Amino acid sequence: MVRQAAAPARALAFSGLHVVDNYANFFKVVFLLSAIIVILLSARTLQEQEMPVGEFNALLLFATLGTMLMASAADLLSLFVGLETMAVCTYVLCGFLKRDQRCNEGALKYLLMGAFSTGVVLYGMVLLYGFAGSTNLEAIARTIGMGTFRNPALLMAMVLLAAGFGFKIAAVPFHMYLPDMYEGAPTPVVAFMAGAAELAGLAVLVRVFLLAMPGLQVDWGLLFWVLAVLTMTIGNLVAIAQANIKRMLAYSTIAHMGYLLIGPVVGSQLGVAAVLFYSLVYACMTIGAFGMVILLARGTVRGDQIDDFTGLAQRSPLAAAIMLLFLLSLTGIPPTAGFVGKFYLFAAAVDAGYIWLVLIAVINSAISLFYYMRVVMVMYMRDLPPQGIVLSRSPALYLALLLAAAATLLLGIFPGPVLEFAKASAAGIAG
Amino acid sequence: MTEQGNILGIPILSLITFLPLVGVVLLLLVGRERVRVIRNLAFLVSLASFAASLLLPLYYDRSTAAVQFVERLNWIPTIGVTYFFGLDGISLWLVMLTTFLSPIAVLCSYESIKHRTKEFYIFLLILETGMLGVFVALDFFLFYVFWEVMLVPMYFLIGVWGSDRRLYSAIKFFLYTLFGSVIMLLGILAVYFYAGGQTGRYTFDVLQLMRVAYPNAPVINFLGVALSFQDLVWLAFALSFAIKVPMFPFHTWLPDAHTDAPTAGSVILAGVLLKMGTYGFIRFNLPMFPEASQHFVPLIFVLSIIAIIYGAMVCMVQPDMKRLIAYSSVSHMGFVMLGMFAFNPQGVQGSILQMINHGLSTGGLFLVVGLIYDRRHTRLISELGGISRPMPVYATLFAIIMFASMGLPGLNGFIGEFLILIGAFQVRWWWGAFAVTGIILGAAYMLWLYQRTMFGEVTKEENKSLPDLDAREMATLLPIIAFCFWIGLYPAPFLKAMEASVANVIQIVEKGAAGKAVGAKQAAATGQVGNPVIAKVPDRQVANLGSRLAALDSKGSR
Repeated sequence: MVRQAAAPARALAFSGLHVVDNYANFFKVVFLLSAIIVILLSARTLQEQEMPVGEFNALLLFATLGTMLMASAADLLSLFVGLETMAVCTYVLCGFLKRDQRCNEGALKYLLMGAFSTGVVLYGMVLLYGFAGSTNLEAIARTIGMGTFRNPALLMAMVLLAAGFGFKIAAVPFHMYLPDMYEGAPTPVVAFMAGAAELAGLAVLVRVFLLAMPGLQVDWGLLFWVLAVLTMTIGNLVAIAQANIKRMLAYSTIAHMGYLLIGPVVGSQLGVAAVLFYSLVYACMTIGAFGMVILLARGTVRGDQIDDFTGLAQRSPLAAAIMLLFLLSLTGIPPTAGFVGKFYLFAAAVDAGYIWLVLIAVINSAISLFYYMRVVMVMYMRDLPPQGIVLSRSPALYLALLLAAAATLLLGIFPGPVLEFAKASAAGIAG
Repeated sequence: MTEQGNILGIPILSLITFLPLVGVVLLLLVGRERVRVIRNLAFLVSLASFAASLLLPLYYDRSTAAVQFVERLNWIPTIGVTYFFGLDGISLWLVMLTTFLSPIAVLCSYESIKHRTKEFYIFLLILETGMLGVFVALDFFLFYVFWEVMLVPMYFLIGVWGSDRRLYSAIKFFLYTLFGSVIMLLGILAVYFYAGGQTGRYTFDVLQLMRVAYPNAPVINFLGVALSFQDLVWLAFALSFAIKVPMFPFHTWLPDAHTDAPTAGSVILAGVLLKMGTYGFIRFNLPMFPEASQHFVPLIFVLSIIAIIYGAMVCMVQPDMKRLIAYSSVSHMGFVMLGMFAFNPQGVQGSILQMINHGLSTGGLFLVVGLIYDRRHTRLISELGGISRPMPVYATLFAIIMFASMGLPGLNGFIGEFLILIGAFQVRWWWGAFAVTGIILGAAYMLWLYQRTMFGEVTKEENKSLPDLDAREMATLLPIIAFCFWIGLYPAPFLKAMEASVANVIQIVEKGAAGKAVGAKQAAATGQVGNPVIAKVPDRQVANLGSRLAALDSKGSR
């Protein structure tokens, strides 16, 4: 196809199952960066919670491998292999605190929903294969992309795939498991889920729909439009009511997945570039925010209530300032990366004429200010409780936080080169 | 609008804007218990920024509407974002007002901010950078960055060092203004893509975007009102600015924010932040969307008149001094909007001058209230009375600032209001007639406030022994009073500087889209943003600039 010919650097491997292009590379950078930061974050937690270090890191790396396979999948089969590699590892990781009831509950919910969604994805793939006679994404596009081939069963395949991937990225209404899983799972695992696993779901979603079913864009564009609006709105509204910061960040993740879904709705090069850039930004800022939760968790204090942040600015101005940076970035206030990311994303949508979608998105981002600022409020505007706050003393954790913070700030002030790279990387997916 | 190079040969605007941020870095190095060092450092840094800004009116070329002291750098070339600073007759005095009020805001906090002083001054200085950036940025992206950056420190100033309902007021302020700004963001993007599609060059450069004629044919019908693209984008910008001004009915955040903010916060809020709304209208809405601006004149007129009269009437019944002054701001900003939308030189000049006047006099009034709050820890009028006996100096200075705010001849408020009224009368006599009502009401609530607090017997025991102002406190008020007299007695230098820019804006609004057709083609033709070196045009003589512009004019450009 023409649009593939335009892609600058591209190599296939494993008889066309695995593709190495800039799109995949960009996501791989994001996933590896996430994995590095998460491993740094986890060092002290593993020790304190007496979790087996070897297994944890091995599983984490296998999960990262899975995400990278997903990003590189040029075929439904390799996609599924990557998806399962990632999913199975994360099922185990989410239940890593064997004796913790909340952890078990969350992990079980995630496992059940995950297995179910895998089935749904598989069903969609089977239907698609039935029509196209091939599992290769481009071959599928060649077969069904021609003319106005609109078969109800094909639409069914599209809906099933959208639902299956929707589970993976926790789009509303497939998001129910996420808050419980986030609340229970060990915080470093949650950081990985938010910063890599869900973005991998998004990576395949964008590739599969844009590459394999460009002819059906009218249909899935509308589907994702609805999903995006529902996801961002419900994510933001429910986040307001949370007292547990991990649950709040879970809903904030949901909301951000809603913003990110704008990319596939738009489907243009600008839209995909915006998804790439925002994925990187989102990984940095959300892992950073979870890192702050880890910083506060020590011994018996879980550090996962918003009230645990009370008076942090007086205990450690630097820690509070870093958290402030992450929260401002999540809200989308300049000069942080979150602002540039949202700006780019919304710009792509305005360019394509999705004014109403952007209007809903910007109003949502104003709403999100309310719950992010509640954390800022307890950090800065409440007095330090008499018992004080004990901060974790882990150099690796400090390094991870500083890395995430530096990325969040620098991508906000000098986004130029990365935006350029994102734009170039999107060329292979959308023309 | 053309632009001209950096007359001074140094990036003066960046220097003024980022000096406070350098101060922030210095403050970070000082231990938090060394309060004396911290506040003196903050004061010196903001004073240095003011001193640097004094160069601006000295070197400003009054004969032209061109943007001066231009600094340009490529920032995010992928999407056409530049680091573009510049100054014209509209922003000149607003920058001066900001740099002038900032040291005063620092000085007035010396005694009243007792806890977490280091953070306080850090936020105050970040705020100054944000405000200055808003007035000098001529790239939409850059403007928007400063516009939002400024909200964060203000949120903290209210939320951490405010009074009673500080948390509520802080988040209300933040949410309200952010809501407006995100809608403006949508407008910015719409303009960016439309202009980019027309000229083939995607840029956030405000001057380039101004040259484009935006379509004025109705595209949607909303409740029986046909709205064009221009109207819609105009509304997106206007909503954001109207919240900031604040215009009726978006004013409800203001009394809360003002009342609960610490004195420095109120001074900055009233003095500078509100001006950003009116500045936004005159900088963006008027020249970019001339037809829409004319289209919405009745709307602005009605809302302004409501603000003027309603604001003044609410003032009458306020038991709280700060709330009273906050509502008086609503009323005064109504005048500013009214003058601006008269679209004649008197009205617009009066409007800009009144922005400065309001910054001085209302800033001064908040200082006055802050002084009594430091002593009595109350803002209730009923708790005061007969203060002029223990504090005669205070009462005198209060009186002068109050007269300035009321618009007594000889003081600054008179000039501004007078010009606005002339402007308004020229358009519709009854606009002026309504507005005059506001002045009468203004005199009434101000004099009544003064009478209840300053005159009569000293009713409360604790008021009898209040100490009068010391040198530092007088130093916060006297510079303001000096400027009130200066503008009141000899406003010519202030008006002269804005004349050319105002004439230019009015011309654009009158000519409308037709006048822009030529400009749009030129925008496409003019070169890309050049190489990324600050201020490529060094030390150009002002006289040469005049002739160069004349040559440009004869070629048919504006």
